[in-house]
Amino acid sequence: MNFDLTEEQRVWKKTVHDFVAKEIKPKAREVDENSEFNWDAVRKGGPVGLLGMSIPEEYGGSGVDSISMAIAMEELGWGCGSTALAFAAHNGLGTAPLANFGSEELKKKWLPLVADGKHKLGALALTEPGAGSDIQGGVITKAGRQGNEWIVNGAKMWCTNASIAEYIITLVRTDPRGGSKSLSMILVPTDTPGLTIGPAEKKMGLRGSPTHAVTYDNVRVPLENLVGPEGRGLQQALATLDAGRIAIGAISVGLAQSALEAAVDYARQRKAFGQPIAEFQAIQWKLANMATEIEIARTMIHKAAWIKDQRRPFNKEAAIAKLYATEMAERACYDAIQIHGGYGYSREYNVERMYRDARLMTIGEGTSEIQRLVIARHVLASE
Amino acid sequence: MKIIACIKQVPDSEAKVKAEGGQVTWGDAPLVINPFDEYAVEGALQQKEALGGTVTALCIGPESAKEALKHALAMGADEAILVSDPALANLDSVGAARILAVAIKKIGDADMVIFGRQTLDDGSGVTGAQTARVLGWPLLSLAASIKVQDGSVTVDRVIEEGRQTVSGKLPAILSVVQSIGEPRYPSFMGIRKASKATIPVWSLADLSENAPASVVARTELMNPPSEEVVCEIISGETPEAIAETLADKILAEKVL
Ligand SMILES: Cc1cc2nc3c(=O)[nH]c(=O)nc-3n(C[C@H](O)[C@H](O)[C@H](O)COP(=O)(O)OP(=O)(O)OC[C@H]3O[C@@H](n4cnc5c(N)ncnc54)[C@H](O)[C@@H]3O)c2cc1C
Repeated sequence: MNFDLTEEQRVWKKTVHDFVAKEIKPKAREVDENSEFNWDAVRKGGPVGLLGMSIPEEYGGSGVDSISMAIAMEELGWGCGSTALAFAAHNGLGTAPLANFGSEELKKKWLPLVADGKHKLGALALTEPGAGSDIQGGVITKAGRQGNEWIVNGAKMWCTNASIAEYIITLVRTDPRGGSKSLSMILVPTDTPGLTIGPAEKKMGLRGSPTHAVTYDNVRVPLENLVGPEGRGLQQALATLDAGRIAIGAISVGLAQSALEAAVDYARQRKAFGQPIAEFQAIQWKLANMATEIEIARTMIHKAAWIKDQRRPFNKEAAIAKLYATEMAERACYDAIQIHGGYGYSREYNVERMYRDARLMTIGEGTSEIQRLVIARHVLASE
Repeated sequence: MKIIACIKQVPDSEAKVKAEGGQVTWGDAPLVINPFDEYAVEGALQQKEALGGTVTALCIGPESAKEALKHALAMGADEAILVSDPALANLDSVGAARILAVAIKKIGDADMVIFGRQTLDDGSGVTGAQTARVLGWPLLSLAASIKVQDGSVTVDRVIEEGRQTVSGKLPAILSVVQSIGEPRYPSFMGIRKASKATIPVWSLADLSENAPASVVARTELMNPPSEEVVCEIISGETPEAIAETLADKILAEKVL
């Protein structure tokens, strides 16, 4: 057993931390206030390797191990929830299925493009207006063959990055009879006629990360745009989400870490009843709880990532890590606001934004309920 | 084009450096690549991108200085060499220049050697010039831009009086200022390469050199006198009244 990061991971952590501290954290409030995406982070993050984490080096990526991915997502979350979510959706959802399941031609064509930071990003559309947790039963967006093309019709909801993406990998029903082999993934370039990307959703938080409804009206793409074999869409989606959960958990740890740092700074400097509030035991206990839970969450995230890197099943560990880290982040941000008193409720202080950002994490890429369902299945099956 | 970037490892800029028992200490503050030398590496990489060739990072320091060299490798340098010897522990800038000159010759075939404008610790800003002197190469210091053509190099120098364009024949020694361009961040690909790299360590014996004697002896080292800082918050009825009190106080203190 060894809890130390490797030299590569340690230097990577510092590099990403420095990058985020300089290029991302200072703009976090602005991108949220103005609902603006931080393009600069993409332009500068590409060469660092932050856009190619799921992409092997031969396709222009950085091909990082899962722990390094978690490290980067934590640092990004520490800097800015919005930018972190956009990067997570790009690396975990938009590029991972293509890198893992896509054909050689598709990989060569698209992956170097979206990894370099000079272009737009990748996106994945699973969720629909009528289907979120239940994608197997609920997805009605469909695709049929006509000549050498797929014709896609339907609608997707909550697609992160849609308006800032080169393509959207779309989960479609290719077999109307249904069942676990009736779904497939198709890569749809965002400039394809018939594809309409709605305006950015007005969200509680993460406003610097655009999320969109997308409609498909007789959208035609070549048959070769199928990602992975026909009928494997559900399995590919579930595998993608397993890894994505580690990323969402890692962002949550970053948000909580940032909230803790803000709370510590404030508690040291704010005085009440003649002393810094950090001297009150009630405040200290909050800080101690935050620090404890952050450490537990981070350790569990790294464990899930480590198991993934051993190429062993990590579905249960990823669910545990995501469940705990995301709910922990909400508690940590709640307490950080509490420690800030009235100022914590002000938009002038960052903890308010972190609280709003953290709220999504227990919903996206599988709600807490779904994580508990996954964990319970494992528990009941084996223990 | 064979380019050498000379770098040094220094205490982090946030370190609290002080004198203790005649020695400089910075506690357990981390050691980093001298921030000014990141610009040297950046300048070298820009030239490599423009002209082709290789960049070698060169450093004199203890074993721990490999970290600084790895930073240069992670930024994109092709190779790194550490000159390390217990006898070099208290090197002054003349000594450093002598050793660097020998190492540069041992590396061989260098067209350009690029320095940062100064270090964060000693900050003499003359090591580059002294190295040029030892090698007998032209020195083009404080370069804000570098252009190589037909065996000579032209740089825009940023000096107090303004800008000055100078050129010299290669091989040459250059030092660069911040306007050369923001140093690139290391990439994951670079970090991976750096963590696998083996960095050759050259001792004085490898260079067939003796430790250069210090020309200047440091006989005493003291902390700067501590300053008493008193903070006073001025209050008043109106901003004008506050400003007036403030102005009076500033005049009374003879600051203005
Ligand atoms: C900001 C944001 C970004 C997003 N980005 C993307 C994206 O890029 N791509 C994408 O495809 N999707 C994305 N989503 C969608 C997200 O993944 C879904 O919202 C999520 O999976 C939940 O689905 P739903 O909203 O349809 O809720 P539903 O599935 O309708 O769930 C409603 C409630 O019922 C509960 N529930 C459902 N089934 C069960 C069950 N079996 N047992 C117990 N409780 C259950 C849920 O936990 C939840 O509390 C994003 C969402 C948001 C808000």
